[in-house]
Amino acid sequence: MGVGLYLVLQQRTFTIIIGLTLLSYAVNVFLFSAGRLVVNRPPVITGADAYADPLPQALVLTAIVISFGMTALIVVLALRGFLETESDTSDISADGAPAEGEADT
Amino acid sequence: MALPPKARPTHDHRVCAMTSWIPAPAIIPALTAAILIFAWRQDIQRQRIVSIAATLALLAVALGLYHLAGDGVARAYRVGAWPAPYGIVLVLDRLSATMVLLAAVLAVAVLVYAVNGWDARGRHFHALFQFQLLGLNGAFLTGDIFNLFVFFEVMLIASYGLMLHGGGARRLRAGFQYVAINLIASSLFLVAIGLIYAVTGTLNLADLAVKVPQVRPDDQALLHTGALLLLLVFAIKGAFVPLHWWLPATYTAATAPVAALFAIMTKVGAYAIIRVYGLVFGVDAGALAGVATPWIMPAALLTLTVGAIGLVASRTLLDLAAFAIIASMGLLLIALGQFDTVGLTAALYYLVHSTLAGAAMFLIVDLVAQRRGRGLDQLVPAQPVSQAPLLGAFFLLTALAVIGLPPLSGFIGKLMILDASYNNPHASLIWLFVLAASLLMTIAFARAGSIVFWKSEGRTAGPPWAQARIAPLVVVGFLVGTTAALSFFAGPAVEAFAATAKQALDPAGYINAVLSEGQTSQAPGQ
Repeated sequence: MGVGLYLVLQQRTFTIIIGLTLLSYAVNVFLFSAGRLVVNRPPVITGADAYADPLPQALVLTAIVISFGMTALIVVLALRGFLETESDTSDISADGAPAEGEADT
Repeated sequence: MALPPKARPTHDHRVCAMTSWIPAPAIIPALTAAILIFAWRQDIQRQRIVSIAATLALLAVALGLYHLAGDGVARAYRVGAWPAPYGIVLVLDRLSATMVLLAAVLAVAVLVYAVNGWDARGRHFHALFQFQLLGLNGAFLTGDIFNLFVFFEVMLIASYGLMLHGGGARRLRAGFQYVAINLIASSLFLVAIGLIYAVTGTLNLADLAVKVPQVRPDDQALLHTGALLLLLVFAIKGAFVPLHWWLPATYTAATAPVAALFAIMTKVGAYAIIRVYGLVFGVDAGALAGVATPWIMPAALLTLTVGAIGLVASRTLLDLAAFAIIASMGLLLIALGQFDTVGLTAALYYLVHSTLAGAAMFLIVDLVAQRRGRGLDQLVPAQPVSQAPLLGAFFLLTALAVIGLPPLSGFIGKLMILDASYNNPHASLIWLFVLAASLLMTIAFARAGSIVFWKSEGRTAGPPWAQARIAPLVVVGFLVGTTAALSFFAGPAVEAFAATAKQALDPAGYINAVLSEGQTSQAPGQ
């Protein structure tokens, strides 16, 4: 998590993306452990006196799906940004001059 | 699953039929978006017709649900008829019905504006628009904190697409920042959810409200952390200072109709705060009651100040509109931070008002910029605006509404907020901030208006009357008209909002609707 945060605070888009990926891994592991892990127990079936909680797995699954999709999106965004502006810094230039794509507004 | 033998539906069919409309505000846009993508990918005309028809249907359903919720009873819809703490619930009460209705009204206005050209600048505008509505309505209706996360994500994913609509390097850059900040916020949201789940073993809002007071003392620190992390997430969504920096860049880079629709996205953060901190960490929450209160008021005052200063420092009309949104969030939070019925009433009134006025501001700025030649929303003397009398009147009226001067609804909202903070121990400080910010906002808008409309030279560059499209003007007129109506019918509106606030701060009805009815509902899987 700390590594992810450090990377997110960098200037370049690539490190930010790696940082975001690490963050989402950290979150997934955390969610998984938050469910008070037990081993060798059946999932919820009636009659068992102790069972493994299936909900954290469902949460992690959803979180994985969403973070995977978002990572794909942000990679494409970073790539488009790099191709259109030929630099991969993440800040917006301060002069606020409209780029070519906006001249038609 | 083994169920008690008497597990049969007890309520009559008519109520059942009306309750089953609750998921409709989420289902209609979802189906429409899917149909739009699969059936008419290239045919923009048909996309427009279907999209507008679906949004009108959504408005009708929202009106119906608002009427249904008007009797003050919270209703729960159990997806798949699974009993409450385990299955997914959607809950309709006055608060969620109001928000759904507000979203529908705004969506119709923005969509009519967008079909006059904006939607053709990129692909899939209408499908993304409908997905955005799905996320918004889902977030307003859900009764489960993890579903809130999922609907937030749906809303955000659609908003990424909408924000990039139209392309361009600046938009891509701002889009990257926006996506990155929201991914971090999502991670924090998940951590908060994990903490809360680890301590309470449930994510259902109503169930949480029951279990939070019973948390063991040694687990309270964890829950406290979770609650505050959640506040942080909502603060990022709601663009509270110091977590606001993504908003001006995003909103000014997005196209005008998209920015106008985004005016409600910050309000989703406010809604989530009302919902979670009114219901789960409300007055009955034992040791954790009012966990958010000490944080909200300073953030509110800071937000208002930064918004007002940003307004004065704006160099473009779009910046003006974006910082007006931030300032309005500040005012909203001041009212919200009271967490009593009076404060919440004021907050809801101001929420509805500022959403409509903020959206109107973005659209007017776009109209003015179109009429000043190419991309001229800079605050410098330039060619005069064509149709200046009408647009100037709109600009003046909306500015009055945003600043909070009479006769429009901003004034009443601000008055209610001042009134609500009267009993606060720091009332004089709050009043000082609010009034000073109003002064700054007045100066900023007066300066902008006089530069744009009066300090002009040369001939007009915009379209003459004969070529001007009427529909966008009508939409802006409609939005200004709604704020005027909100002020004209302030009495009934305030009564409705007061009832809403009362219901939102009284968790018993909500918990009852979700949990107790669940025991008597139909058996799952039979």
